[in-house]
Amino acid sequence: MRWAVVRFPGSNCDQDAFHVLKNVLGQDVEYVWHKETSLGGADAIVLPGGFSYGDYLRTGAIARFSPIMNAVKAAADEGRVVMGICNGFQILCEAGLLPGVLIRNNNLHFRCETVNVRVENADSRFTGGLKAGQVLRIPIAHGEGNYVADEKTLDSLFANQQVIFTYSDGQGRASAESNPNGSARHIAGITNAAGNVLGMMPHPERASEAILGSADGLGIFESVLASYPAAAR
Amino acid sequence: MIRAQVIVRPRASIFDPQGDAVSRAIQSLGVPVKQAHVGKCIELEIEGDDAQAARAKLETICHELLSNPVIEDYVLTIENGAGKK
Repeated sequence: MRWAVVRFPGSNCDQDAFHVLKNVLGQDVEYVWHKETSLGGADAIVLPGGFSYGDYLRTGAIARFSPIMNAVKAAADEGRVVMGICNGFQILCEAGLLPGVLIRNNNLHFRCETVNVRVENADSRFTGGLKAGQVLRIPIAHGEGNYVADEKTLDSLFANQQVIFTYSDGQGRASAESNPNGSARHIAGITNAAGNVLGMMPHPERASEAILGSADGLGIFESVLASYPAAAR
Repeated sequence: MIRAQVIVRPRASIFDPQGDAVSRAIQSLGVPVKQAHVGKCIELEIEGDDAQAARAKLETICHELLSNPVIEDYVLTIENGAGKK
C-alpha cells in the first residue's frame, strides 16, 4: 500500500510518521511537498504534526491553501484514508474536511505529556483492530487542541459515531481533570461523515514502538491497513 | 492605493482563553475588569483605487482566510469612505 506524508513548511512530525509507516509497518511511503499538486497515487495520506506556517493567523489557516490540499480533498472525496495528526487535524478543520475548529487550550499551557485516549468507536477505519472503551496511552504536544463546534454539530458527531477518541482517565472515565485542553465533550479525535478522514490531536506515530514507552498508537495505523482490501495492502 | 483594516474578534459564545488570562492580569493590577477579548487587527494596502471591487474580494478573504466563522467575527473597514461592513 502506498502512503504519502505531506510536508508543509513547519511540519515537524513528518519523519516520525514516515518512520513508523516504513520501518515498523513496512509500507511504501513517500514525502510530498506541499507545493506539489499530486499525491502520486497514494492510497492513504498523512498530514503530520508541526507548526505549519508558524501557526500564523490561526493553526492550519494558511496551510489549507497549499497547492497539495486540492489533491488531498480529491483523495478524501474518492474515499482514500486521510489522517491528520495534531497540526494535521487543525489543517483538516480549516480546510473544511472536518467540522469545527481547534482553539487555544483552555489552561493556556502547551501540553506535552502522555495522556489516556479512550476508543469511542471501534467500528471505524482507524480503530477496527481496537476495542470500544479501550484506553490507549498516547502522547500529546499542542497548545491549540481545544476542540470547538456548535452544540448541533457536537450532537451529530456523536449520533453518527464520528467521535473516534476522547480523553479519559486510565479507567476510561471522562473528567475535566483528564481533559488536557478543555476540548468540547472531551473530544480527542473525529472523522468526517464518510468515515475516511480522521483528525486527532494525540500522536500515534510517537507511540508505535515499545522502546518509546508505548506501542498503543500502532493499532491505529494497523487498523487503517486492515481497512483496505488485502490485495491493496 | 486602497487601505483596509480587518478586526477579527472571538465570538462572544466561545470561551476565549487569551482574553480570560488578560482579564485576570488586569484584575491583578487592581482594575475590576469583567471581561477581555483578544482579537487581531490586520492592516492591508492594496494596489488600485476601485474600493468597491476590492471590498468584494476582501470579504471573501476575510471569510476564508483572515477569520474562521466557526469561532470569530470580523469587521472590514476600507478607507476613502467606502464604509463599514
